[in-house]
Amino acid sequence: MSTQQSRFHVPAPPFRPGDEPDFSNLDLQKAGEAKRPDPLIEGFETRDLALGLIGVLDHNHQAVGEWDPKLSPEAMREGLSHMVLTRIFDDRMLKLQRQGKMSFYMKSLGEEAISVAAAMALRDSDMLFPSYRQQGLLIARGRHLVDMMCHCISNSRDNLKGRQLPVHYAWKEGNFFTISGNLGTQFPQAVGWAMGAAMKGEDQVTASWIGDGTTAEGDFHNGLMLASTYRAPVIFNVVNNQWAISMYQGISKGEAPTFAAKGLGYGLASLRVDGNDFLAVHGATQWAAERARKGGGATVMELYTYRADAHSTSDDPTKYRPKTEGQIWPLGDPIERLKQHLIGLGEWDEKRHQALETEMTALVTKAYKEAESYGTLHDGPLAPTHSMFEDVFAEPDWRLRRQRQDLGV
Amino acid sequence: MPTKNMIQALNSAMDVVLDRDDDVVIFGEDAGYFGGVFGATQGLQKKYGLDRVFDAPINEAAIVAMAIGMSAKGLRPVAEIQFADYIFPGFDQVVSELSRIRYRSAGQFTTPVTIRTPCGGGIRGGQTHSMSPEAFFTHIPGVKVVMPSNPYDAKGLLIASVESDDPVIFFEPKRIYNGPFNGVPDAPLTSWATHPKGEVPDEHYTVPLGKAEIVRAGSELTIVTYGTLVHVAQSAAEKAGIDAEIIDLRTIVPYDMETIAASVNKTGRVIVAHEAPRTSGFGAELIAQIQEECFYALEAPVARITGWDTPYPHAHEWAYFPGQERFIRTMKTVMEA
Repeated sequence: MSTQQSRFHVPAPPFRPGDEPDFSNLDLQKAGEAKRPDPLIEGFETRDLALGLIGVLDHNHQAVGEWDPKLSPEAMREGLSHMVLTRIFDDRMLKLQRQGKMSFYMKSLGEEAISVAAAMALRDSDMLFPSYRQQGLLIARGRHLVDMMCHCISNSRDNLKGRQLPVHYAWKEGNFFTISGNLGTQFPQAVGWAMGAAMKGEDQVTASWIGDGTTAEGDFHNGLMLASTYRAPVIFNVVNNQWAISMYQGISKGEAPTFAAKGLGYGLASLRVDGNDFLAVHGATQWAAERARKGGGATVMELYTYRADAHSTSDDPTKYRPKTEGQIWPLGDPIERLKQHLIGLGEWDEKRHQALETEMTALVTKAYKEAESYGTLHDGPLAPTHSMFEDVFAEPDWRLRRQRQDLGV
Repeated sequence: MPTKNMIQALNSAMDVVLDRDDDVVIFGEDAGYFGGVFGATQGLQKKYGLDRVFDAPINEAAIVAMAIGMSAKGLRPVAEIQFADYIFPGFDQVVSELSRIRYRSAGQFTTPVTIRTPCGGGIRGGQTHSMSPEAFFTHIPGVKVVMPSNPYDAKGLLIASVESDDPVIFFEPKRIYNGPFNGVPDAPLTSWATHPKGEVPDEHYTVPLGKAEIVRAGSELTIVTYGTLVHVAQSAAEKAGIDAEIIDLRTIVPYDMETIAASVNKTGRVIVAHEAPRTSGFGAELIAQIQEECFYALEAPVARITGWDTPYPHAHEWAYFPGQERFIRTMKTVMEA
């Protein structure tokens, strides 16, 4: 029978609920194998890096190869601590959502290295345009846990005055841009910010994050295209956690070999990085930041990882993927891998790790008690109702003043 | 005083703001070296340099997003969308981002962006060079919507828009770029040089946002309109011999209800007029508000003169465009009611 005919093709994931997942055939470049070129290399010369996988921590949890950022044990312990705190924070917030204390939550389980390592590789003055699953950026930049929680429970101390869904943080002081529910819009905005910084003569890099699913939005193209045109100092992170709610990454990746490869067509430096390898994410982010700061322009970085938990508190992943898929995912767990690396160096042990977890759990519990003292969504106090009419414009016009009177607040 | 057409007035406004504020940047498709397809940015790149006035890729969503990022960083971008008909690829960035960033960040980030875009029909522009999409934008909390009707206002309103800390969608009726238009298709061209509002100072001045102007005082009937139809209404009122008070809104959102209500309460009769299609056009909002505020003063049903609920046609342009005849007919109907 002839196969020489056009045919409608709908990509499907290899495994569905009930299947026994098996990734033994997944061909991923080994840690340490990728070359680390000069950061000012021409974008099109990064083809091998876009198709390969930059890794530092090998199967024995040793740091190998040219991308090792050679961090001090103190810096690695700090990274580990931020990742553990991010995970414990997420766990606590999920419980609170289940207890009805907040309306909604989104965890970043399994993706903690992507945000924490990036934040630590960048300068605090660099501008972040995140999506909704990079809470580790806030943790690593030292945002007060109480403030994060007050936002999530929309109470009287929520710095967004109860106007946004939980996890849609905004923190200007920490150079963390306001998160939008509209996917991908921040990619081209990050370019505008970077151009503004360059125009003002500031040595500021901007970094933005979207997921694999969002690369299908026009704003993915728009961001890369603008950065390509204006050679803006931007780092575009594509967090490929394999899943966009229920849709596996092939739905948005299509025929491209990798998400990183999409950057090559724009002439941008393009890297695929082991997203569960703290040291690889750190090393690659440093490289991209150096490239941006030296005028080399933007980098597209695919962070290869796995969304280990549900998309959100409104989602049940057992309806579309095998329960065990995350457990056998070949890149493992980012916290466990850095932990084992530090243990191997003699810079960490199980006892200290347990102590760290206990300390972080206590920190989160204490923070929540304090956050709750400023009110909860259900029981208040909230921001004053009249504040609902503020910040639409710099000054409310007559319509807003009248509507506020109509409501009697 | 020097006379300018609208293009020259807009060019002068941008020259003034570029000169006064280093944070002002101007960009759009063909807006840099070439100076814009209508010439509005002519000479500005040469005078201020490539990093202040530059060409942008053909991507309206990217143009708006870039302006948002720049403005949040502290610049004052003036972005050009070549035709208002092509603003829709950027609609998500306007609706979901530009308009809400101050609100959703509780004032931490602000977006003082001005988006200039030529609008309106009467130029044989067909479906995609004639639209008046202002009503789509008046329904978005957080953006201001402006449309000048003459060179003096064009410059003053544009400077006020750029200096405003709120985002502004600035619609420019291209039919009247070169001279006022009375709505008669084959009428000889008149130049702004013969119109009092064609006198435009070279220096900085503003026309305040949110303030309408009574361009013709009258006692029998109020006509609320903006853009090209301001001139059509004036000419039609003279021809019909009706003592109409004609209000040029200038700012569509937030509209100047005080001026409208004072006029309607005096005349008792009112027509709202715009080029855009009727259903859910901005006229509907004006009529609803006039009904709420002026019900007991009204002596006739409020009438509206608008484009039809069809896409903007090419061959039948003059049956579509609200010209003098429709104005005169509607004015008579309202006066007789």
